[in-house]
This record gives sequence, structure tokens and C-alpha cells, in this order.
Amino acid sequence: MTAASCGPTAGAGAHFGVVVFPGSNCDADCYHVIARVVGRPVDYVWHGESDLAGFDCIILPGGFAYGDHLRAGAIARFSPVMGAVRRFADAGGCVLGICNGFQVLLEAGMLPGAMLQNASLRFACRETLLRVDNAGLPFTGRLAAGQVLKIPIAHYQGNYFSGEQELSALEARGGVVFRYCGPDGDASPGANPNGSLRNIAGICNSAGNVLGMMPHPERASEDILGSTDGRLLFLSVVDYIEGRAAARRAAPATGGGGGGGSV
Amino acid sequence: MAVFRAEAHITLKHGVLDPQGKAVHGALEALGYSGVEQVRLGKLVEIEVQAKDSAEARSRVEEMCRKLLANPVLEEYRVAAVELLPNGGAAGAGGGGR
Repeated sequence: MTAASCGPTAGAGAHFGVVVFPGSNCDADCYHVIARVVGRPVDYVWHGESDLAGFDCIILPGGFAYGDHLRAGAIARFSPVMGAVRRFADAGGCVLGICNGFQVLLEAGMLPGAMLQNASLRFACRETLLRVDNAGLPFTGRLAAGQVLKIPIAHYQGNYFSGEQELSALEARGGVVFRYCGPDGDASPGANPNGSLRNIAGICNSAGNVLGMMPHPERASEDILGSTDGRLLFLSVVDYIEGRAAARRAAPATGGGGGGGSV
Repeated sequence: MAVFRAEAHITLKHGVLDPQGKAVHGALEALGYSGVEQVRLGKLVEIEVQAKDSAEARSRVEEMCRKLLANPVLEEYRVAAVELLPNGGAAGAGGGGR
């Protein structure tokens, strides 16, 4: 796989892929938001697929991939598509793991840490408030640091855990993107719905192009659902991808090898 | 090639919160068991595996623990009770008891 495989599909706009594992159940919601709300091309990607050529952003949706047997995400990460997702991310493609998708990214080692059962031992399904701690990413360009978003959670294993050293390294590099907070943005224990270390709700990799989050932005992308804050994440990555494509078109002489866009 | 049964014990590392263990601990106290200091839950995975000897069986199961059965961020594993199965184990014996 070459850089061309994650190159911009200029013209039609940012092209999204939504991975479907056996047991995914938020795939149609993500597809709907990209196609109907954000208005960009989107295709389902079956978990047996091993080629992601032509996509600009891959979404790993929520659900219970492979029944969450053994541990959430533990078996899904061996799907053929996950090798392709790793190569796609290594080549600079944008990857968003939501809820179960985040758990898969953790099990795959594409993000640091792991998930424990919620401290309450209850499935937590409700609106949460999130503070934006890193607004400099492809997925957060339309957000401001400190901004508070309203996005719901729905999970049993969202209690983020990491070793102390890894956690310090994550914090030091700005890898914590979202924290559960109160209305004033205070990430207090009372605002923590699941026991996550330091109220962590979402993290990114070092390069910033892989984001995992437990809250569901696709469930907060239309007025009728009570919040449109989640839509800002999808619009941010569209800005990023289409801006990158425009910049490449404006500077056609550089690089040359493996460049995707022929438009 | 003989068949061995191995037990992989997978437990949370020390320092990792165990909400299930805490809930069970609370239930034991509610039943009147005093002096229970701590309860930690884990997984026991029984694996029947072909190998030429018990050392090979153990190393195969340890590899399975590293690659899949345990999550190294949270968990530790220990392979115990590697024993030779008579009659070639479940697959070879044509059913029946263990």
C-alpha cells in the first residue's frame, strides 16, 4: 500500500469509510451522518477487507464487535481490515474510533491504554459533557480548547486505564483530547461517569490522526437528537482533508512520487 | 503427538481497580463473612493442546496468553497445571468423559 491509497479524492470531497465488524451496531448511524448531515461520500467497509485505497477517513463504529468475547475489541483487532487500518493510519489517513471502535484501537495498540468495566458496574447510557483539551487535531479544528460539548455515552467498559508512566507521557504530548466535565468545564470526580483515570473520554496518537473516544458524536449531530456538537468533529475532519487536498493541488510540483490526486 | 490440558490464569495487575472484586467483597461482608481482606476476580482458561511434551505445551499456551488471552496493560497471566491427557484428549477419544 502506498501513499496513494490514502490520498485525497479531490472533487467529490472527503471520502469516508465505515468499518462493519460482526456485531457493529452504530455503523448505520455513522453512515447516515456522513451521507445526509455532513454530505460527503461514504461506504461501508466489511471487516474482511484489506484494502482501503481511495478513502480519506476511516470510522470504527460502536457496537459489540465479535460479541466483545474475551475483552471488548480483543478479537476484532485480528480482523483483516485492522491491518489495513494500521497501514492507512501510518500513511497519514484519519481514523476515528467511537466507543467499541475506540476499544478496538486500544486492543490493536494503535492508542495507548486499556478499558476496564465501569466503576459502577452499570451500563452507562446518558448525555455527558466533554471539555476539549486539544483543539489542534484533524478532528478538532472547529473546536476551541476549553470548549464544552454535549455528547452522549453508551457503554459498559469505558473506564480508561493506563500505567502511570504511559499516562504521564500521554498527558505531556497533549494526547488527551476530551475529558468528562461539569457545565463549567471542570473535570471533577462528580462529572466522571465511569471511573476513567483523570476523566479521560478521548485520546489521540502521537501524530494526531488517530482519535479514539467513548462518547458518540454521531448521536449528537442533529437538532432532533438534542445536540449538534458531535457534528463539529466530522466537519473538522472534512475541513482538514479537503484543505490538504486543495494545498496539494496548489503546489503540484512538489513530491511527485505516489501522489494520489489526478484531479 | 500427545495432548495436554493447561490452565491459563489471567488476573488483573496489582493496582488496577477491580470493580467486580469489590462488588463480590461487599456481598461476602453482607453475608456475614468477617475478615475478608480483599477479593480479586480473574479468568481461568482451560486449553487442550497438542504438543510433544509438557514444556512445549506450556510455551505454546504462554504465547497464546501474550498474543490474545491477556491484555498486558491490565493483566498478568500464569500457566498452571499442564497435564497429559489420557487417550489423546477430547478430540482423539471419541467423546466420553474427561
